[in-house]
Amino acid sequence: MQKIGVFVCWCGSNIAATVDVQAVSDALAKEPGVVFSTNYQYMCSQAGQDMIQDTIKEYGLTGVVVCSCSPRMHEATFRKTCEKAGLNPYMVEIANIREQCSWIHKDKETGTEKAIILGRAAIAKVHLNAPLTAGQSPVTKRALVIGGGIAGIQTALDIAEAGFPVDIVETKPTIGGKMTQIDKTFPTLDCAACILTPKMVDAAQNENINILSYSEVESVKGFVGNFTVTIRRKARYVDETKCTGCGLCTEKCPQKKVPNEFNLGLDNRRAIYIPFAQAVPKVATIDPNYCTMLKTGKCGVCSKVCTAGAIDYKQQDELIEREYGAIVAATGFNPISMDKFDEFAYSQSPDVVTSLEFERLMNAAGPTGGTLLRPSDGTHPHTLVFVQCVGSRCDGGEKGKPYCSKICCMYTAKHAMLTREKYPDTDVYVFYIDVRTPGKNFDEFYRRAVEEYGVHYIKGMVGKVVPENGKLKVQASDLLGGQQLHIDADMVVLAAAIEPDKSARPLATMLTASMDTNDFFTEAHPKLRPVESPTAGVFLSGACQGPKDIPDTVAQAGAAAAKVIGLLSKDQLTCNPCVANSNELMCNGCSACEKVCPYGAITYIDKDFRGPNRTTLRRRVAQVNPAVCQGCGACTVACPSGAMDLKGFSNAQIMAEVDAICK
Amino acid sequence: MQVNQEFKPTIVAFCCNWCSYAGADLSGTNRLQYPANVKIIRIPCSCRLNPMFILRAFQRGADGVILCGCHPGDCHYTTGNYYARRRMTLLFSMLDFLGIERERTRVEWVSAAEGAKFAATMNEFVETVTKLGENKRLEDLRCKS
Amino acid sequence: MQELIKAKAVELLENGVCDRVLGWKAGEFFYDVTPAVFRSREEIEKDFVFGPFCGANMSKYLIAESRKEGKIAAFLKPCDTYSFQQLQKEHRIRRENVYAVGVQCEGMCDIDAMKAAGIKGILGADGDGGTLTVHTLYGDKSVERKTVLAERCKCCKSKKLLGCDEIIGGQGEELESNRFAQVEKLEAMTPDERFAFWRGELSRCIRCNACRNVCPACSCEKCVFDNPASGVENKAAANSFEENLFHVIRAFHVAGRCTDCGECSRVCPQHIPLHLLNRKFIKDINELYGDYQAGADMDTRPPLVNFQTDDPEPSVVHERGSEQ
Repeated sequence: MQKIGVFVCWCGSNIAATVDVQAVSDALAKEPGVVFSTNYQYMCSQAGQDMIQDTIKEYGLTGVVVCSCSPRMHEATFRKTCEKAGLNPYMVEIANIREQCSWIHKDKETGTEKAIILGRAAIAKVHLNAPLTAGQSPVTKRALVIGGGIAGIQTALDIAEAGFPVDIVETKPTIGGKMTQIDKTFPTLDCAACILTPKMVDAAQNENINILSYSEVESVKGFVGNFTVTIRRKARYVDETKCTGCGLCTEKCPQKKVPNEFNLGLDNRRAIYIPFAQAVPKVATIDPNYCTMLKTGKCGVCSKVCTAGAIDYKQQDELIEREYGAIVAATGFNPISMDKFDEFAYSQSPDVVTSLEFERLMNAAGPTGGTLLRPSDGTHPHTLVFVQCVGSRCDGGEKGKPYCSKICCMYTAKHAMLTREKYPDTDVYVFYIDVRTPGKNFDEFYRRAVEEYGVHYIKGMVGKVVPENGKLKVQASDLLGGQQLHIDADMVVLAAAIEPDKSARPLATMLTASMDTNDFFTEAHPKLRPVESPTAGVFLSGACQGPKDIPDTVAQAGAAAAKVIGLLSKDQLTCNPCVANSNELMCNGCSACEKVCPYGAITYIDKDFRGPNRTTLRRRVAQVNPAVCQGCGACTVACPSGAMDLKGFSNAQIMAEVDAICK
Repeated sequence: MQVNQEFKPTIVAFCCNWCSYAGADLSGTNRLQYPANVKIIRIPCSCRLNPMFILRAFQRGADGVILCGCHPGDCHYTTGNYYARRRMTLLFSMLDFLGIERERTRVEWVSAAEGAKFAATMNEFVETVTKLGENKRLEDLRCKS
Repeated sequence: MQELIKAKAVELLENGVCDRVLGWKAGEFFYDVTPAVFRSREEIEKDFVFGPFCGANMSKYLIAESRKEGKIAAFLKPCDTYSFQQLQKEHRIRRENVYAVGVQCEGMCDIDAMKAAGIKGILGADGDGGTLTVHTLYGDKSVERKTVLAERCKCCKSKKLLGCDEIIGGQGEELESNRFAQVEKLEAMTPDERFAFWRGELSRCIRCNACRNVCPACSCEKCVFDNPASGVENKAAANSFEENLFHVIRAFHVAGRCTDCGECSRVCPQHIPLHLLNRKFIKDINELYGDYQAGADMDTRPPLVNFQTDDPEPSVVHERGSEQ
């Protein structure tokens, strides 16, 4: 039997005015297990706390009930008080007789009666409380950033600046991501490469940053502070440590007909390649799908011309295993495929391009050297039609995406503006549903496109694009003018919706991080914890969490880094001891609990149990990782056998409260 | 009819720690009244509510049971209230199927800012259950002293 | 059919595919068939039966059997295979230790329906088709199978054999069944009528636990009703509350996992239509969260460990009620 002390607080007159505190402490003194019961003016005051501590020592209390304000207010205070007096802090329960009693009732008799019942419920619960100890787990002081775009680079730089080592895993041969393909950035029109490449170089030169390019995350084990990650370093058939990036091999390689993904297939590269001039690491990579030597064993030109002896046709994928304390997902986005939008004739005419392709056509390092030319015949286009919201804000979502891709309004305004600036002889039309420009200097930028650069903005959607005699016949509706428009365009540019990178979904599974229906990572709280995933120790950076422009991405990247630094600066993590635990003797191993766990805290092992007649039975049983469990209790109800219970809010405790209240 | 013979139902309100319990606190802070029949049990999340607790409450003499949690989409644990919503929907439907008055059970989403909603919900629920009268269909006479 | 199955059982044993066979064993009476494990040709030839009274769902026995050494061959009817898959989904059956033989089923007979049709002193029955020849103490009698089918077989949901290593009697199809008709009838009643109906039924419960013991979904290592720590432990239902409690909690614990095999009602010595409780959950799940058949596949998430952000609110129960 517990020895329980009851402390009824007056809270000045806040409680005492509508609750007869003396009657409450007298009534509760008669409850089983209560060895001491008193009331006092301010329990949370130093004198009140001293009284609790003295009583614990004097009466050898094993449990304490404080009838006072909400536990949200002073539970922590009283737990600390009791801990100082040698009582386990989780042997304290609060009966909320202020917010949920004295403040809502005017009649003293009613208030007193209710306060007694609430006190009884707390006593009934304390009887079943068990001392709990917050566990500690060590923190590996290294972070992993998955994705080497601007989001990943910024996060890594910020973490490295704080003195912690960071690995960047990037699936492409170079870091830089989508931003490397962009020509100019809105709303300032500074060149993307000019602001990005110095950051890439910084990342490469920072002693705390280790770039694992052309690599992928293979598996993730562990939990916050203690992740073990297996990374596949794909064979690039070039020794990174020897290659000087001179590029001679990429000029001599006889296989010239490889679509260049950096220019989105608008031109070709060789089978051995460096994606672009400022690539980091600046190391050549052999594309095994096209290399004649790797496919047939005959060629070897690159090996002959390489003075550094860096070519290694026998290189194999390598698996490395590393420990991390925190993981940042920065897997970014891609424009959606235009396959389902055949009304815009994307597959029928090379002069219908996506906005990202248009970026390459405008870029000095692009396939046309920065001169805007039609991909079909290399002529100068005079009439350009931009179509917004291609695949964004699609109802039903079968064809496109239900959400707004957020960046298209601004980059389309940028494209229209740049076209008109460089080629004043062009006519530029933009078809839109709405123009959304919430951002610093964004609306001003859009208005400049309309007012200063004379871009024709037309509210309405393009219905059809038909290639005919070298022209693109565009049929569209002008909703404000109330008319159908027919435009003979030379080029059509589609603002394709953006979607999370395909690698995000399997990664989320590995990280047990949750995703929304569109495969964007979900944040731990949409307002208050926007850069953390619900899985402890996993953070989100950039467009993998939702469509974002560069300033937003960089801001979020920095925020994610701050969270990582906060985590890595701790030597030990204190765990919440009110966590689920599974009774192995009753566990069916059915996985129901694992399925509802939002944190991936539950795993299974096969364990031997003694069966009848000296036999051994091997059964699958659930195990809860207390460092990961947050104590929501979803698993306890999913479990049909009741093997799963929650410390601090156990089935027995809650039922005891129910009984005390209903009596 | 004498006032002291008026039927005062016993109501158990399970409130999640993060939204609804805070909402209940707020209605206290704002001195918004609701009947003393309502007694709150704090649980970490609405998904902690086991159907067995509801039946237990009815067995021990509760006349109504209400669950309050964060609004769907706002769960502190991201998904808990979605599971709670399915469980409660099915449980309530089953109780209704057995002929237990469906008005005795309820789920309401109350955020930490909705003190007024909490008080209004409780007033309304107590009124509904008072009209229904004593819980006779899920009582356990042994538990009634 | 019986001969085909027996021959297969012997073949599997003697070829070393398995070291034991799970099948149906003849009892004292012809209609009194129990599941049993056979270890030799002799045992099979002596006792193995397959006929119109082999209703027992074999999947449950595989939980314990598949954990033993060696491999067991099991004969599974279509409805058994749904439970078989559901239990695999829940990691309860070790698939690698089971050789599953699907046997097609024409519906199992109800002894009470037979008796009601005036057939007594049953010694045996022949005929795989629509007409059964029943051998009785009083000579052979011919009866239409569909008139003496068990209630659950009259509204059979599927003749499909899932996840078997081989099949005897041909693969079947999912069927259009009106299995929710009775639930609908109850839903259309007033709450008072429903209460009276269920009190009438559940008050007969003697808490023999047969429903629980036969149910493939009720295969917990330790049932909450046997566990003193669960707070709901009771061995005998003392009053109406505990009768309700037991059946509501049992139905809730199997909700989303119950394959609707109907064993609970088959074994109930008090003839309580317990399957209606499970069907109510299935019907609600289908209507509120989309059609779901437990055991039909190996990878979908069961509805109670799943959600949609736009699931209906629990008040839907009130709204649906007020439409009536």
